[in-house]
Amino acid sequence: MHAKRKQRLILVLFLVFGFSVVLGLALYALSENINLFYNPTQIADGDAPEGSRIRAGGMVVVGSVSRDSVTLANKFSLTDYNATMQVEFLGILPDLFREGQGIVALGRINSDNVLIADEVLAKHDEKYMPPEVAESLKHDKAESYNSQNYIKADQ
Amino acid sequence: MMLPEIGHYSLILGLALSILLGAVPMIGASINNTPLMKMARPLAGGQFIFILISFLILGYAFTQDDFSVQYVANHSNTLLPIQYKISAIWGGHEGSLLLWALILSGWTAAVVIFSKSLPLIVYARVLSVMGLIAVGFLFFILLTSNPFDRYLPQFPSEGSDLNPLLQDFGLIVHPPMLYMGYVGFSVAFSFAIAALLGGQLDAAWARWSRPWTTVAWAFLTLGIALGSWWAYYELGWGGWWFWDPVENASFMPWLVGAALIHSLAATEKRGVFKSWTVLLAILSFSLSLLGTFLVRSGVLTSVHAFASDPARGQFILALLGITLFCSLTLYAYKVPQVRGRIYFSLLSKETFLLTNNLLLIVAWVTVMLGTLYPLALDFVGGAKLSIGPPYFNALFVPIMSVLAVMMGFGIVSRWKDNSISYLIKKLRLAAILAVTVALVTPFVAFKEFHFGAFLGLLLFSWIVFVSIQDVIDKSKSSQGFFYGVRRLRPAYFGMMCGHIGFAITLLGVAMVSIESDERDIRLSIGDQAQVQNYIFEFDGMEKIEGPNYIADRASFIVMDSETKKVISYLKPEKRLYLAKNMPMTEAAIDPGVFRDLYVALGEKLEDGAWAVRIQIKPFVRWIWFGALIMGLGGLLAVSDKRYRTT
Repeated sequence: MHAKRKQRLILVLFLVFGFSVVLGLALYALSENINLFYNPTQIADGDAPEGSRIRAGGMVVVGSVSRDSVTLANKFSLTDYNATMQVEFLGILPDLFREGQGIVALGRINSDNVLIADEVLAKHDEKYMPPEVAESLKHDKAESYNSQNYIKADQ
Repeated sequence: MMLPEIGHYSLILGLALSILLGAVPMIGASINNTPLMKMARPLAGGQFIFILISFLILGYAFTQDDFSVQYVANHSNTLLPIQYKISAIWGGHEGSLLLWALILSGWTAAVVIFSKSLPLIVYARVLSVMGLIAVGFLFFILLTSNPFDRYLPQFPSEGSDLNPLLQDFGLIVHPPMLYMGYVGFSVAFSFAIAALLGGQLDAAWARWSRPWTTVAWAFLTLGIALGSWWAYYELGWGGWWFWDPVENASFMPWLVGAALIHSLAATEKRGVFKSWTVLLAILSFSLSLLGTFLVRSGVLTSVHAFASDPARGQFILALLGITLFCSLTLYAYKVPQVRGRIYFSLLSKETFLLTNNLLLIVAWVTVMLGTLYPLALDFVGGAKLSIGPPYFNALFVPIMSVLAVMMGFGIVSRWKDNSISYLIKKLRLAAILAVTVALVTPFVAFKEFHFGAFLGLLLFSWIVFVSIQDVIDKSKSSQGFFYGVRRLRPAYFGMMCGHIGFAITLLGVAMVSIESDERDIRLSIGDQAQVQNYIFEFDGMEKIEGPNYIADRASFIVMDSETKKVISYLKPEKRLYLAKNMPMTEAAIDPGVFRDLYVALGEKLEDGAWAVRIQIKPFVRWIWFGALIMGLGGLLAVSDKRYRTT
């Protein structure tokens, strides 16, 4: 084969190989890191898979927040006004975490159907509600859900 | 006061001039009419002046607390300190778009000033394309996002204040820098379109485009770094990059812009990859528009998305669609005319630059997939989901590692062809030194081996040693080393800064990802907590009052755990901004070259105890310092004389 053609062939083979590796890696990484959203009703019905990382959102039930007196553990309930679910979180809650407001928690469901959260996101504006929460509540007041600000609180 | 109406009117005049700018010189260029083409200069100047007037009037309304202007009432307050009143101009949707338009017209004016020596027909076409972009954005502002809308006849006596998160130095400078970068790519885009229209994709075109592209990329680098730095200390929790869709929105044009800089170099020097370079120029600017769409349309949930009016999103999406459709149609129609046949071997600088481009494009596709996939799925009514940071990390570590290794080859290789023995000769010493440093340092510094630290150090020292080797080789001179160094061009040192800055950032990222120590602890006054070799003592708590907030301020004494010597006093705050009744965490940081000590207050618990986050962040400053070096390298490269003449 001609030297130039051969070099070109090597280049093309190299590219095809490289792209397949990257694509495979990307799709694998993607499939491993998808966090699906579930609302409290779905979780109460046992629709959420146990053990894989999910997002759950709802309104924090007023009076449900309890803090451990020694560690930074918190427990609270989320509701979509249809069902409620339990969340446990060890760490610092975000500044705008308040009872009666919408939040999103990321974590894993344990065998007792309790979400062990490793991250809690709260809105950063009084008028705002996370869109997933807003949609899963399907209340009529949807027009006030603008200004989408999250503040993150990692574990 | 009529001023806001004058501002509005001035913006409309700016639009009128940009319509003329988009049409007249373009027509002149197509019928080869010199007077029409020469109209580009006054039209571009006039457009800039009217948009500037409009911008200054909005700024004046902020300083005068004119709450009859809705935008001012929603983003300011009489108690807001003056510097934040000014930065509040771009603290919301309407004003930040006005800043976008101002910067666009500023770049247009810069082309007028610095590219006078261009052939008139190219000059006219470039300015005309920029005028067309301005038409789109000014229409967008005037139709959907007018910052001069009034609350009349009844207006509030007090403004609802700027979001406390934005009341910060980082947010004074971050958006203008970022926009300088975003919008700067419109110049590279306009040059590409002008070249396609003229059918002349040659070395001269690449040389004209290069400084503009490099400057835009340098600003984007600084803008992204400022945003990361701000998130680190102001969002309160010490993260410096979240793979948040909005961060990704700015990172995508950065990656493609970096690819463009490198392919422009090959196009200018060797006449290769012409059509690819044009495509990248179109892509970088389209990604800037995509970024604007993602941030400004409210499709995202993040700290940046303040507005969510569907009409706005549709408008930007339409702009993006028109831009892509027109430029790609033109590309498809014109590009077969510009194909070149220039030979280079597998081991040439051309191939290594191509590899650089491919890796950066792969990185961009990775980010885009992770950013748009959840949005696309949501749009078609599929499952609601989010993509976690591990996805991005899993892909970026290998991609950036290969990129860093290839960078060494790219630096030392010559155009056309290199023998294997030449490359080995050039790189042998750097490779041996890099492996040695990477193997020895972790044991000396951390007393243990960690693969991540090894990898970070290996790539960092590889790039640094290759660069040093290259400077030594390139400055060989019969009149001595320093004479040789002085003969090297600013563009060369700019390139070196870009690469070494990248290495510094890479090391910072590796070290902070691996060696960070982060504790959430419950502390009462008088308690101590030990993290690594540091003791943090909770010394006291006081109430303080700021101009528009009240705060609890803690004081911490940080001591060395062995010598008990005091290292630092840290005073983190928990603020309550009164106008919005919004709490804010203000972290206290003791910065250092090799580590940051970071304390932030969480919630107040019962019995006067507080939830406290204490962190040790090794090498975190390197991330932004490296970006600074990259950005300055870009500016240095542009100062090279060779770009002044055409």
